[in-house]
Amino acid sequence: MFDQNFIYGCSAIGAGLAVIAGIGPGVGQGIAAGHAAAAVGRNPGAKGDVTSTMLLGQAVAETTGLYGLLVAMLLMFVKPFKA
Amino acid sequence: MMLLTIDDFSADSFMVGGVFPLHFGDTTLWITSTHICLLIVVLTLTIFSFFARAAMEKSGDVPKGLANIVEMIVELLDGIVKGTMGKHAGPFKNYIGSIFIFILFSNLSGLLGLRPPTADYGVTFPLGILTFTLITFNKFKYQKVSGVIKGLCDPWPFWLPINLIGDFAVPISLSLRLFANILSGTVMMSLVYGLLSTIAYAWPAALHVYFDMFSGAIQTYVFCMLTMTYIASARDTD
Repeated sequence: MFDQNFIYGCSAIGAGLAVIAGIGPGVGQGIAAGHAAAAVGRNPGAKGDVTSTMLLGQAVAETTGLYGLLVAMLLMFVKPFKA
Repeated sequence: MMLLTIDDFSADSFMVGGVFPLHFGDTTLWITSTHICLLIVVLTLTIFSFFARAAMEKSGDVPKGLANIVEMIVELLDGIVKGTMGKHAGPFKNYIGSIFIFILFSNLSGLLGLRPPTADYGVTFPLGILTFTLITFNKFKYQKVSGVIKGLCDPWPFWLPINLIGDFAVPISLSLRLFANILSGTVMMSLVYGLLSTIAYAWPAALHVYFDMFSGAIQTYVFCMLTMTYIASARDTD
């Protein structure tokens, strides 16, 4: 029904749209880092604990962005939609 | 000067590639780049462990040379496990230490020009399955069947499907997180080397520090940390 190149082009656009998912984790990680900086400012002795907790939380928050990346990868390189 | 050399770049440079085929009757199995890189990582670790064992057997009361380094690594890893799991740490020190070193070296192998084995879902998914098996086993062993059923019907019984999905999402999200992080680093580096090959001198080293070393170390830590937290909470009976 559609030309193969048209489908590949739409897949590329979809991949670009999918990585917009990166906005959410970016905001979330920024908020986590900001609060961690505030916590260290209030209690400099707990710097090690605060940093490791922040990194763990950020890595978990990153997951949703990575799902967007995976969808983009699938659309670009695995090419699930064929004419 | 042509900056973007898109003509000689293809996605094959960062996908898992077949190296040579094995034929079994009608089916063909491919030995891929993942197998080769995995073999290199595991052989390196095995050889190192032989040297470490020899050094530890030779060392007396005061360790010197390699024995010092080995003791430092083991104490560091044991400290992480002890700090996270508390009283449950005992039987898991060896396991967590082993997967920590394995994942760390797999992630760092990108520095040596290998394709990191953890950038293949076939490597990270079994690691997630191992964690899932440990969680489930410990849950049934320590909370008994009644405790597990009570945990599944936590607020109300009709919450059961959501709790089940939550349980089964653990290994998938664990393995996908590790896989996607390392894969994104691999893709980024091969884009730099493939598309900007005319000006890629020295400065990609800074990207290697971020994508391979920082990201790889953080993801190793996160994988082990989450594994420990899940297992410890499965063993908690209160």
